[in-house]
Amino acid sequence: MEDLSFRHATRQRAAGTKKLAVIGVVASGNLEVLAERVLPDSECLVEIRTAAAGFGEVWDAVIADFVKGYSPGGLRFSINDGGARPDTVSLRLAQAARLMQEDDQ
Amino acid sequence: MMTWQRGREARNARIQAGARLAKGKVVDARDATRLMEAVVRPGDRVCLEGDNQKQADLLCAALLAVDPAKVHELHMVQSGVVLPEHLDLFDRGVAKKLDYAYSGPQSARIAKMLFGGKIELGAVHTYLELFARYFIDLTPNVALIAAVSADRDGNLYTGPNTEDTPTVVEATAFKNGVVIAQVNEVVDKVPRVDIPGDRVHFVVEADKPFFVEPLFTRDPAAITESQILTGMLAIKGIYAPYGVKRLNHGIGFNTAAIELLLPTFGEKLGLKGKVASHFALNPHPALIPAIESGWVEQIHCFGSEVGMDEYIRARSDVFFTGPDGSLRSNRAFCQTAGLYACDMFIGSTLQIDLQGNSSTVTTSRIAGFGGAPNMGSDARGRRHPSEPWLQAGREADPEGSTLLRRGRKLVVQIGETFGEKNVPLFVERLDALDLAERLNLELAPVMIYGDDVTHIVTEEGIANLLLCRDASEREQAIRGVAGYTDVGRGRDAKMVQHLRERGVIRRPEDIDINPLDADRGMLAARSIKDLVHWSGGLYAPPSRFRNW
Repeated sequence: MEDLSFRHATRQRAAGTKKLAVIGVVASGNLEVLAERVLPDSECLVEIRTAAAGFGEVWDAVIADFVKGYSPGGLRFSINDGGARPDTVSLRLAQAARLMQEDDQ
Repeated sequence: MMTWQRGREARNARIQAGARLAKGKVVDARDATRLMEAVVRPGDRVCLEGDNQKQADLLCAALLAVDPAKVHELHMVQSGVVLPEHLDLFDRGVAKKLDYAYSGPQSARIAKMLFGGKIELGAVHTYLELFARYFIDLTPNVALIAAVSADRDGNLYTGPNTEDTPTVVEATAFKNGVVIAQVNEVVDKVPRVDIPGDRVHFVVEADKPFFVEPLFTRDPAAITESQILTGMLAIKGIYAPYGVKRLNHGIGFNTAAIELLLPTFGEKLGLKGKVASHFALNPHPALIPAIESGWVEQIHCFGSEVGMDEYIRARSDVFFTGPDGSLRSNRAFCQTAGLYACDMFIGSTLQIDLQGNSSTVTTSRIAGFGGAPNMGSDARGRRHPSEPWLQAGREADPEGSTLLRRGRKLVVQIGETFGEKNVPLFVERLDALDLAERLNLELAPVMIYGDDVTHIVTEEGIANLLLCRDASEREQAIRGVAGYTDVGRGRDAKMVQHLRERGVIRRPEDIDINPLDADRGMLAARSIKDLVHWSGGLYAPPSRFRNW
């Protein structure tokens, strides 16, 4: 297992008021993303626990593009990764960001 | 004295030797090895019918059991090296040299034996290429083939998996060779005559049906969201703008996704009747929903697929069927159809380099070519126009003279940027080159040459290589859809942006596709069971695909 952590400054806060969302599953080639609205609006943190060591550079690039594309200010993402491919990681992060944009009922 | 009949005399002698074991043409299965020893001579070229799917497994076992002192140093010329016994022949010294096309399940062992010098390699071919050589310089002395049934005159019924048989028999029987068929049963009258009896010299009744591998069944349950996204990109970004009606699909999950998206996503785009109506294709179960929804006008098949027989029988408006009602497939004709009468090939691969060359060879596996290089290449002998072909030609050469400009076949490589175990699809250098060097091959085993590839589709977007004007544009177009692979991260961001502005690269959002819409709910069938329902219960999947 490898633990990685990426902190980014964001242009704007993530839309919506939802406090928490979970998407995906912990399975081989897949991952689970927990998103929480717990940070200042200008920050985003992605913490990863992954089964596949040695992909730090790829994670760095995937997350930088995600933050640039979605500006998820105020959100902390905790990822439990079962060796997912980068395209799956991007998709799950985008799905989590979309869920957080919903208004909390 | 000059004689011009030596081949015929030699064949007559072989047949006479074999006839001692036969009643008419029928030989008891217990005598199959003795038949081999009587008919096959050392150094013979032998086609042991190993097709893509069906296998003459009884005759293979019989040949393997011969006394190597009597039968040895055979030159095997067969399209598929599929069974372990095909390679055991070389371990035993019965066979020495090999010319073949496809080695799917034996790809690791064949590589090992080539490195170990156990096999003297002629060449790895495409199907059509090997078939062509059967008629020029690789004509078999003996063909060992498989059929469903035979009558006592040797007329053969091959059933839905006719595959290579007519081609193999044509080359052997008409050039002084001996044809031996294994059949599941000897009957009084065959349901239809696929091979006329005067081309068949011996018939061996097997105690169990010949082996057939279900190679074309993709479980919709295993299709990922990224594969769905690539399918949506292909349909909206390639099928639609070119109006591709005549095509061939590869066997991967991306094209299975496309088949299952036609009746849903394709329907919403209003494409029914405008694209994907005529196929050169095995009967893919994943195509059932599109067929049932009225998308498909006709399909010609290389072979059949396990479990599809009754469905095909009931859909003779779509498939080619015989007077008995069952499918008639023919690999040589279908490959020719794929080469000359299809406007597009779309399929997956394992590695793509910076020029767009692709290969399924890795350093420890030689899977062979099968049909993909033939499907996935521009037919330089093509002369009939069609709109997709002309449009591709215009894009490649906008300044060319309208009446003299060749069209281009659309050759599309589709896949996710990373494959299984996070292995990158895009590489600086193909493993095929290392393999060629280690084996001293004169030619690296390239599946599809870069100059034939017109489009690459990944989850990151579509690269249209027809619009690239030089090698560096081409390289950046490829890097520009290579995602987070080293090749993708090594892109020149400015140039990629420029290519995107010119429409050489198109991102999902450029053609109004939201990656978040790539949901499994988009698939017309989400399981094998759904496919059975779509077929009205006619599709009977093999047990390994059933979980109910």
